[in-house]
Amino acid sequence: MNRTIIRLTAQGMLGGRRLWLLGALAALILVIAVATRLLAPGSPADGATVLRTIVFSTFLPLFGLIVGTGAIAPEIDDGSVVHLLAKPVSRHTIVQSKLVVAVGAVVALAVLPTVLAAVILGTGAQTVLAFGVGALAAGAVYAVLFLLLTLLTRHAVIIGLVYALIWESLVGSFVPGARNLSIQQWALSITDAIAPAGVVAADVGLGLACGLIVAVLVVGTWYAGNRLAALTLATED
Amino acid sequence: MATLRIEECSRWFGNVVAVNDVSMSIGPGITGLLGPNGAGKSTLINMLAGFLPPSAGTVTLDGTATWKNPEAYRVLGIVTEREATYDYLTGRQLVVASAELHGLDDPGAAARRALETVAMQDAQDRKVGEYSKGMKQRVKMASALVHDPTVLLLDEPFNGMDPRQRLHLIELLRRMGAEGRTVLFSSHILEEVEQLAHQIEVVVAGRYAASGDYREIRRLMTDRPHQYTVVSSDDRVLASALVADPSTAGVSLEDGVLRVQAREFLRFAELLPRVARDADVRLFEVSPADESLESVFSYLVEN
Repeated sequence: MNRTIIRLTAQGMLGGRRLWLLGALAALILVIAVATRLLAPGSPADGATVLRTIVFSTFLPLFGLIVGTGAIAPEIDDGSVVHLLAKPVSRHTIVQSKLVVAVGAVVALAVLPTVLAAVILGTGAQTVLAFGVGALAAGAVYAVLFLLLTLLTRHAVIIGLVYALIWESLVGSFVPGARNLSIQQWALSITDAIAPAGVVAADVGLGLACGLIVAVLVVGTWYAGNRLAALTLATED
Repeated sequence: MATLRIEECSRWFGNVVAVNDVSMSIGPGITGLLGPNGAGKSTLINMLAGFLPPSAGTVTLDGTATWKNPEAYRVLGIVTEREATYDYLTGRQLVVASAELHGLDDPGAAARRALETVAMQDAQDRKVGEYSKGMKQRVKMASALVHDPTVLLLDEPFNGMDPRQRLHLIELLRRMGAEGRTVLFSSHILEEVEQLAHQIEVVVAGRYAASGDYREIRRLMTDRPHQYTVVSSDDRVLASALVADPSTAGVSLEDGVLRVQAREFLRFAELLPRVARDADVRLFEVSPADESLESVFSYLVEN
């Protein structure tokens, strides 16, 4: 971890329009929560369903895509990443520092709004905690995965969008077997384990989900560092 | 004292060969990397800078490969051609960040020194995004100098600079060369390189073409056969008078156009008016037929 890189990344990632976009997404969750509470008051279980479908299927993958790619992709695209690469700093340190910022943004602008939305929907303290932990797990995994994707392909955003919108929203809903490979399901498994019985249903066992989450975080971060070390800068000639 | 060494090095991108079996050694002092656009200069500098692995051969700094070796940046300073920097930082913040990333003891003082070296103190609190091209170049230079590197690599550093900034940079690089640092800069302009470099390496179309001090390179470039088209009052008489002199390599008279191939530039320049006068022929027009930089460079490659 390097404080200078954390500072530079935070300024670059959250200094411009991206912060407004992330803020708007966060506000949208709260608006939906308030609207649901006012217009269609239901049981705590209904509230949990709203959170699961809106936050876990759509919002968290999109949020992870924006912060995961935003932490490094713009610098690679415009070539300013040489400022970091021409320094005697381990490439793993660079990746870890950037992920600290990405996960920090997830906590402030994704986990917190999710928790607030759960409170607004009146799901009960234990469920609020469950959704908070679940959202953190999903957000962190998405951030690592999409940052790694940026270092693997120039089409990270497109591939990420396809994954976020098609795989997580659709395939997982229709093909039961695919749920083992759905980050959403891993996170819901943790949420299920914390929340009172019957609030959230998860298809992936808790042990497997935790194992997969830790594996993606650790291996993904390490591999991203390796990829950054092998990053070649395109030349004009 | 540091030495960069490129040995039997090639680099290709898919089917395109950007650098073709180049070997050179760059020691202390100022070396100019000269070649037309697209000759592979940037590719060579990127390989030296450790931003690109060679497809074949080796690129080393004092015997250690620069690729995948971040520790090399403790002695390497690099100014790339691409303009992009962190536009949201001020000039000073950018240089201080560089100093911090180098792990210097007093980043603030090092940044002040570097900004002073490139004369950017006055603009240091403005955002880099608002800088002109020349100012960006200078602040990038400050960022590359902040850790007092023994090796400095600059890709087309004079592009976009006004004459005053150019003089300032020339002076700065001269000082660094005199201090025994290894300075390598690329350029496609011969005058720029010969003004500054004590050693010139010429590359053309990805291949090593020539090397030497500026006198040797200048001689190679001016002493090559030159071709002229001549318009005179009597082309036929002039042609026969010219072909009698050994400094004329060949004469052709086709479709009413007289073309003369001269073996040596200076002798021919003196010969033509004398021969014309003696033969009582008036010269209307003498124009070089192949003076483009590319043809000069390709002549060097053929030899």
